[in-house]
Amino acid sequence: MEQVNTENLDINITERKTLPGWLFSWESFLFLTAVIVFIINCFASPYFLDLWTLSDATFDFSEKAIIALPLALVIIVREIDISVASIVALSSTAMGFVAQASGDITAICFAGLVVGTLCGVINGLLVTKLNIPSIVVTIGTMSLFRGVTYILLGDTALKDYPESFAFFGQGYVFSLFGFEFIFFLFLAVIFYILLQRTNFGRRTYAIGHSPTAAYYSGINVNKHKLVLFSLVGLFCGVASIMLTSRLGSTRPTIALGWELNIITMVVLGGVSILGGSGSIVGVVIAIFLMGLVTVGLGLLNVPGIVMSIIIGLMLISVIALPKLLAKFKIRTKK
Amino acid sequence: MKNLLKNRETQLSIVVVMLLVIIGLTIPDFLALSNLLSVYNDTSILIILALGQMVVIITRCIDLSVAANVALTGMVVATVNSMYPDLPVPVIILMGACLGTILGMINGWLVWKMNIPAIVVTLGTMSIYRGTVFLISKGAWINAHQMSETFLAIPRFELLGLPILGWCSIMVVAGMYYFMRYRQLGRKIYAAGNSPTAAYYIGIDVGKKQFIAFTISGLLAGIASYLWISRYAVAYTDIANGFELQVIAACVIGGVSIAGGKGTVVGCLLGALFLGIINNALPVIGISPFWQMAISGGVIIIAVIANSLSERKPGRIILRKAVQNAS
Repeated sequence: MEQVNTENLDINITERKTLPGWLFSWESFLFLTAVIVFIINCFASPYFLDLWTLSDATFDFSEKAIIALPLALVIIVREIDISVASIVALSSTAMGFVAQASGDITAICFAGLVVGTLCGVINGLLVTKLNIPSIVVTIGTMSLFRGVTYILLGDTALKDYPESFAFFGQGYVFSLFGFEFIFFLFLAVIFYILLQRTNFGRRTYAIGHSPTAAYYSGINVNKHKLVLFSLVGLFCGVASIMLTSRLGSTRPTIALGWELNIITMVVLGGVSILGGSGSIVGVVIAIFLMGLVTVGLGLLNVPGIVMSIIIGLMLISVIALPKLLAKFKIRTKK
Repeated sequence: MKNLLKNRETQLSIVVVMLLVIIGLTIPDFLALSNLLSVYNDTSILIILALGQMVVIITRCIDLSVAANVALTGMVVATVNSMYPDLPVPVIILMGACLGTILGMINGWLVWKMNIPAIVVTLGTMSIYRGTVFLISKGAWINAHQMSETFLAIPRFELLGLPILGWCSIMVVAGMYYFMRYRQLGRKIYAAGNSPTAAYYIGIDVGKKQFIAFTISGLLAGIASYLWISRYAVAYTDIANGFELQVIAACVIGGVSIAGGKGTVVGCLLGALFLGIINNALPVIGISPFWQMAISGGVIIIAVIANSLSERKPGRIILRKAVQNAS
């Protein structure tokens, strides 16, 4: 509960109204669920409670989690980006071609980041300059970006990555934690500060609460949204570097279907799809919760597609549950 | 005359005809009546699904689970047919329609009673439905030889040169045109999407209209699922994967506004035909199928840009000038 301060009290209050009294906040509810899943996992599989298992498990969600952080900001300002997975694919393709031409790691990473950011800027410009709903824009760019990778790659794969490139996705820090995971934790702190402790963050909430009011109080709403979309693009580039480095190759189907997982992380984390509320702490806990569920099921040999059923059920039930409880509470009061 | 030209449907028909002329100049055979009919027949399923999606989008929602609904219902239909080949096909179709409707109602109920945004609900049910297909089939395929002959033959049966599949979509188009234009419920759906507050004050239950919209989308997906399975004569987990994007694209191209309350059956039909013609023409012109995805993405973006430019109003600028002066 350390994040309750006078600054964002209003947000927490509005959120608490919809929750029954014994659940202090969405974050603690999520945290409790995560703890329960953790305990269940310990009993379900003897291999779970092992430092290496847990460390390896972080590779599974770190890349998606890196995209979930900026996407949370985009959803807070009432927009959405479902083209994220396609951006990852396109920037991975760019890196593949640069790697083919020269083995320079800086050049490879730079290419990935630039292409990712450019894709984000395209989304942002279409949304802000032409005033098109972001869901339509990103449905379009989702197939456009993925389509371009199909045109460029066809049924081939790019795999001329230099050996040292492998560190981003496969490297370990302190000989135990994956580099990806540490980097994600670092980013989570940065985003927490950005959203909860800076003007930029306050503006983000203001726009999400009421874009019109924000506009009239002097916030450049469109510029802010453009920056957020570009940020998502940039971090898709970052995630793409890690994923490409981890897989060691680029295929047109890379990161296919990730948008579902990433949006689930954000929404599960208590970010309202209607905008204006949500916190990075919630998103981070939701990421861990999803990671724990996936690892536990993976250890029990549950196929990926069945996992997607469970993630889908989780997404709906976790949002529906507090509403059901609140309804029940109102009824009993009457 | 000027009004007619400004009409979205007229503009779209001109674009579609121009597209046909351009393709016809390269490949004259493409414009043969038999080929045009087969292109229409090929687009039928997209048309049916797009009309369901249109109703949902008009009520300010979105249904991302249509393709998964088609896959799940289709898998059930195919499984039933392979297990009980003697069961009459109409019974199977009815079953498919019912199951599709139920799946649509689940979406609608969650949106209506639980008040969860449609995009979240359908994103969730999309993966739930798709996963359930895998649970039912255990990953196995159901191939043509496991299905009964009548099951496969019905949509292929030709009536006046057009297979039943094509006639089905014509019937759906006619039915939806009548429903959305002349039935009270259809008008109420437009009203609920156009301005939920105003609709509420004149006594329209907006949530219920959204529920009905999802039910219609589910029903049409159920019907489309039988047509899909029998047309392609195979059922597997990944069937129609990603098709929801094409369906939404058809709506967007057809001028259905994602902001709700706007969109017509004819526009939606033209949007679907536009995509169908492109999809069918690409291989004929000799463009690699790898281009298809990027082209449909590009078309969506161009269509929404055109939409937004045509909808742009001079607007009531009160403070804009002051803001510009100040900065």
